[in-house]
Amino acid sequence: MTYTSASSPADRLTPLLGWATALSLLVTLYLGLGAPPDQNQGVLVRLLFVHVPAAWLSYLAYFGTGLFGLLYLLKRNLRYDRLALASAELGVLFTVSTLVGGMLWAKPTWGTYWVWDARLTTTALSLVIYGGYLLIRSLIDERDRRARVAAVIGLMGTLYVPVNYMAVEWWRGVHQTQTLKLLGSPDFAASPIYGWILLAGVVTFTLMYLYLLRVRAKIAALADAREEDELMAELPAQATHDLEVARGSS
Amino acid sequence: MSALHVAWAVAAKDLRLAGRTRDALLATAFYVALVLLVQGFALGAPDGRSAGATANLAAGAVWTALTLASAVAAGRAFSAESEAGALEQLLLYPAPPAAIYLGKLLGVLLPLLLIAAVTLPTGLLLFGALGAGQPLPWPGLLGVLLLGIFGLSAATTFYASLTVNLRAREALLPALAFPLLVPLVIATVRITSVLLTGGWTDEALSWAGFLLAFDLGTVVLAAWLFGYAVEG
Repeated sequence: MTYTSASSPADRLTPLLGWATALSLLVTLYLGLGAPPDQNQGVLVRLLFVHVPAAWLSYLAYFGTGLFGLLYLLKRNLRYDRLALASAELGVLFTVSTLVGGMLWAKPTWGTYWVWDARLTTTALSLVIYGGYLLIRSLIDERDRRARVAAVIGLMGTLYVPVNYMAVEWWRGVHQTQTLKLLGSPDFAASPIYGWILLAGVVTFTLMYLYLLRVRAKIAALADAREEDELMAELPAQATHDLEVARGSS
Repeated sequence: MSALHVAWAVAAKDLRLAGRTRDALLATAFYVALVLLVQGFALGAPDGRSAGATANLAAGAVWTALTLASAVAAGRAFSAESEAGALEQLLLYPAPPAAIYLGKLLGVLLPLLLIAAVTLPTGLLLFGALGAGQPLPWPGLLGVLLLGIFGLSAATTFYASLTVNLRAREALLPALAFPLLVPLVIATVRITSVLLTGGWTDEALSWAGFLLAFDLGTVVLAAWLFGYAVEG
């Protein structure tokens, strides 16, 4: 059996977001590759046009996970749970790309792959928080319970990301003076064009987040529908009561 | 029954159980001792380090052991009730979920404090920060211990309520709780280390304020979300 979203009204927004994302990606790519190399960093500066927007997207996604989790707890609509799942997966994916891109940039620039800077550490911790979120989702079979527990964990995680940042920043600040203060905002004075390209990148990745969020949530909705149908098909009609019992004891 | 009575009734039940069987208490104490021992071998003998480095190392070793122990202690908080099917009944009582959470928290907190009160001097002694001749600020250290263990228990008890029914809960509880406990570990280690070397400096005081805010925020948040975490 094929699952389509035919039952729901036609979704015009998702393809629109998709085309807007594709178009702005092309523009950002053109701008990024066309920008003059930086005085100090050379062509390495181009990594920044992917790195910063990817980091932005991952934090946006974590915020989304907490927000949709809270909405689920308040409204008890599985739609919000699917959005939270989509958001967390996007967050993890783009955190990995942020960290990998950042490390590739850091090695030639700072001479080391990793420093215990607040931003780096917080990003790595977020990866663990939302990795745990996804892990625990995969361990709960009962649909509503999975949504509820995940919402609580996602909400806690999102609320603690800024606390982690504060603590690590303070720890570094007090503990030992930072030797490298290049992070995040290199001097744009030489080429103000970089600021505009970064802005284009951030807008592009925001569109990409919204697009991928909707696509992933739709896939999750279809998976939910299939799961439900398979469960029903496996059992004789009068066994729906037993089904509830079996699920409750999982 | 008021909420405080409920919290105390739940805590008294857990503490009575812990006092009678002592299995959780002994297992956790043994675990802490082993973590200290392993760290002792892993980090090496303290000779040749500066006083500051020794204080740092001792504080780090003690709080590593206590952080890991908090997950072991809290992991037991709900498992006995879950095995006997009593958790559902406990939640059916007409009491606010926050009160049950607070009771559970106290049930984890008090045995853990007992263990920590032994671990701190032992750990400092083992890692060379105690008995170096200078008097130690014991009231300050006790205060950090209270605040730190409270925060650890608050977070791990809350996550234990989420993981109690899951497969692999022993592995999941630390995986969920520890990333959020990083600020607490930083704060407690910094305060302990600073207290060992210089007493109450501005740094120690501001970290203590941070720790207090972290504890309050965590317990309020956990008490609020506990109802969602355990329902149904």
